[in-house]
Amino acid sequence: MTDLFKRSLFKTLALGTVAAAALVACGKKEEAKPAAAAPAPAAAPAPAKPDPLKIAFAYVGPVGDGGWTFAHDNGRKAIEKEFGDKVVTSFVENVPESADAERVIRDMAAQGNKLIFGTTFGYMDPMLKVAGDNAGVKFEHATGYKQGANMRTYDSRTYEGAYLAGLIAGKMTKSNTLGVVASIPIPEVIRNINSFTLGAQVSNPKVKTKVVWINGWFDPPKESEAASTLINGGADVLFQNTDSPAVLKTAETKGKRAFGWDSDMTSYGPKAHLASAVINWGPYYIKATKEALDGSWQGGGNTWWGVKEGAIDIVSIADDVPADTKAKVAEVKKGLADGSYSIWKGPITDNTGKVQIAKDTVADDKFLSGLNFYVKGVEGKIPGAK
Amino acid sequence: METYALLIASTLSAGTVLAIASLGLLINEKVGVLNLGAEGMMLCSALAGFAAVVATGNDWLGFAMGMLVGALLAGVFGILVIWLNTNQYATGLALTLFGAGISAFAGTAYVKETLAPRVQFALPWLGDLPWFGPALFRQHPLVYLTVAMAVGLALWLYRTRWGLVLRCVGENPASAHALGYRVRLIRLAAVMVGGALCGLAGAYLSVVYTPLWVEGMVAGKGWIALALTTFATWRPARVLLGAYLFGGVTMLQFHFQSTGVELPSQVLSMLPYLATILVLALISRNPQWIRINMPASLGKPFHPGG
Amino acid sequence: MLRLEARGQVSRFWTFASPVLALAITVLIGVALFMALGKNPVRGLEVFFWLPIRSGYALGELLVKATPLLIIALGLSVCFRANVWNIGAEGQYVLGAIFASGVALGAGPQSQSWLPAAVVLAGVAGGMLWASITAFLRDRFNANEILVSLMLVYVAIQVLGYLVTGPWKDPLGYNFPQSKTFDAVALVPRLFTGSRVNVGAILALLGVALLWVFLFRTGTGFAVQVGGLAPKAARFAGFSARRSIWVALLVSGACAGLAGALEVAGPIGQLTPYVPAGYGFAAIIVAFVGRLHPVGMVFSSLLLSMFYIGGEMAQSRLGLTRSLTDVFQGLLLFSLLACDTLLAYRVRWRR
Repeated sequence: MTDLFKRSLFKTLALGTVAAAALVACGKKEEAKPAAAAPAPAAAPAPAKPDPLKIAFAYVGPVGDGGWTFAHDNGRKAIEKEFGDKVVTSFVENVPESADAERVIRDMAAQGNKLIFGTTFGYMDPMLKVAGDNAGVKFEHATGYKQGANMRTYDSRTYEGAYLAGLIAGKMTKSNTLGVVASIPIPEVIRNINSFTLGAQVSNPKVKTKVVWINGWFDPPKESEAASTLINGGADVLFQNTDSPAVLKTAETKGKRAFGWDSDMTSYGPKAHLASAVINWGPYYIKATKEALDGSWQGGGNTWWGVKEGAIDIVSIADDVPADTKAKVAEVKKGLADGSYSIWKGPITDNTGKVQIAKDTVADDKFLSGLNFYVKGVEGKIPGAK
Repeated sequence: METYALLIASTLSAGTVLAIASLGLLINEKVGVLNLGAEGMMLCSALAGFAAVVATGNDWLGFAMGMLVGALLAGVFGILVIWLNTNQYATGLALTLFGAGISAFAGTAYVKETLAPRVQFALPWLGDLPWFGPALFRQHPLVYLTVAMAVGLALWLYRTRWGLVLRCVGENPASAHALGYRVRLIRLAAVMVGGALCGLAGAYLSVVYTPLWVEGMVAGKGWIALALTTFATWRPARVLLGAYLFGGVTMLQFHFQSTGVELPSQVLSMLPYLATILVLALISRNPQWIRINMPASLGKPFHPGG
Repeated sequence: MLRLEARGQVSRFWTFASPVLALAITVLIGVALFMALGKNPVRGLEVFFWLPIRSGYALGELLVKATPLLIIALGLSVCFRANVWNIGAEGQYVLGAIFASGVALGAGPQSQSWLPAAVVLAGVAGGMLWASITAFLRDRFNANEILVSLMLVYVAIQVLGYLVTGPWKDPLGYNFPQSKTFDAVALVPRLFTGSRVNVGAILALLGVALLWVFLFRTGTGFAVQVGGLAPKAARFAGFSARRSIWVALLVSGACAGLAGALEVAGPIGQLTPYVPAGYGFAAIIVAFVGRLHPVGMVFSSLLLSMFYIGGEMAQSRLGLTRSLTDVFQGLLLFSLLACDTLLAYRVRWRR
């Protein structure tokens, strides 16, 4: 390989690269500002005095998942509907909970977004870092616990939805065995399993709950296999804390019943569907946007909304659920809304026999956030528990 | 007892995906071509099959589309590998990566689609037998077809003239060429049939097994199918056995969880993969055995005329 | 009819031009894809090729993404040249991250300044350990290294899952599956303020130089390559095939482990279940497009990082999905493999 040959070749390559870059850079000049690219038509920037507030969302899954991300995107659409041309929203989906998240969120801030929502726990540290570098941008982090001067956290009381589903499950099960397809053993999921069981025990003190962990949030084939296993083990009503409709579909195929989760999943299993415990992010998102628009937004602090604020609901209850159960569900919902009903009120014993909450004591939010035991009636041990 | 009958039923279903793909890969490897693109082919066919059923409501059309897509992708692979003599491993990997990307890309519209409720099958009379009925005879027709395919393939490979030709091309392509057989065309045909079967496996996955589409849903089954052909020392009947074994291990990890076996769930999740490694090690350790069973020209490019 | 005519010897021109042609083909197909999707193709090209290098910060991010790809590819090139098909670099990467985290977590805030070095070395050891399993099974049992190394990837991911949900879970982390964030003293030092580029970039370049020396100036490197190109000749020359397998796998395991350690003690800063980011597989493409040559792989790692970052930005700016990146990467490899035919064959038009 002669030096001359090498040099001439590299020169050609370098020239080619420069030419390509020049071509692209030329094309760049014709662009004004990068447009927000939400598939739902964003409002055209009207010639109003203040520029529309730019809001961005980082999603961990695909918008079409029919579950967690779908619910968040519905919340985004609610903002657009409420505020019209005062806002411009955009989103990036499938942002992994890894080092890449920081780049995406930083890019959102650099693009002029002033209110950024990170919709999964794993964005916590990346958001904190970007928040530290962008004092003029407001950061909202879902399901996390770290806050800052311009960052705060929010969550929904999904366990209330789980409890309401449990009320129905207890009544509808004939084998007295319930099955839960669970994702990752974090307090939120354990709380949901427990609340589901507590609700079921109100209608039917004899129920037991079996749990299978898939170690992921969204994995339809695994969710399906886990559901089959639970059904094979005798469960005839299934509940899930995972993000796809696979569990419901499996129940439908095998003639059992199941619940929808995060969003209304009736269409995925019309015969099997008992009800869907849905999250409605709209109310909170509208509140946050309003505060950002009128200047009252404050960093720090955590917001944890449930049935009372309209963030959690149980919908599309099947026709064959007996009227008295439907009435009970409505009654509990009203109680949760006006504060007269408490789900986590003692005496509550764990499944080793130890009393975790004393009689007539109501567990506070701090206790609920760190939940690490199964209530009586749930079989097995929490994976990784000491 | 009932639980075990149902566990066997789930195993048969889970193993069928692996079996169909592995039989296809066996045909490939028997003729001397190693197609590492199984995962990519299965993903694309899963999407194609699902999309076809969403559009027409006909499952069998879905299977056909899956097979078509699998055959097409395998055809592209085949032309690169057989005529342009590109490196088989790298080309197969490229197919996997490309297949994963294009299926995720084209499939974004289908993530929220759903299929009509799946029909529950049961063989008349046999399906009603106590215990054996639910265990063995209430499966989707493809499960039985797979068994038939394995038997049929074994008969074809070892009892017919063209089966012999295929094996000859795999063992010694130069001799086959000297005898006047169009080695490259035969290889291409085998690769495309193999691709069609991988496609069928993918379509079965998205249309019957988990009637949903989500990107990456094959989740490594293509790789396990590849391992299975080695595990089965390239014999169809053993492929079936291995497939059911692995299907069983997959279902067993969830079964153990729900019956409260005291092992961390991650250890249970590792079981199928550890089992594969163990089996590979045991099977391969006798070089004589491997040499007798493995097609001699596997992975090597063929140049007619030297 | 197009006919392929064998050349006398490998064409030098096409050795360099083939990747460029492959890139051109990929770009062309990309433009067609953009147009078919109704997007402005020039804007599409801009997002993928201009935005990732437009500013100092952007260049820094490009380096941050390219560093693990390059480091892993350096190791893989040794393997592929030796005809040892290590597809499991992802698993070795994860084990590197795990071992590195183990050291980082064990240290208190008062630890010495040599801690990052220890963290990184632990990662190297972890990767080598994982690769040695594959090497052992191939050496002793003749097990196919493609399948074994790949199965070990899945096993590695489960081991990671077990550690972050069990023994290494952050006790103050509300039971979330992740380790504590590492103390600042355990992190790999950054090179410039305002950018996430760290010492890893320098290590990568060092690796490029070392690999060049190893492959083209040492006896072992030579033996390993001959073993890959002409095994019978290697045997005849007395080069041990067994030694080549071990060398190749241990080197690539070390590299992958190093990359894992740098990621986890760098941009990530803790052990999470999301450490496996697919770099082990993307590095395979980097290695091929870079012609398995140290200098070539520098370019290909930057190119693939552009695809990654461009793909992310294409989402918010063009409304395209992230999976487009994977499509381009796969297309690039396909085109490259096809164009590589031109190295050994001439295309002739025959009537």
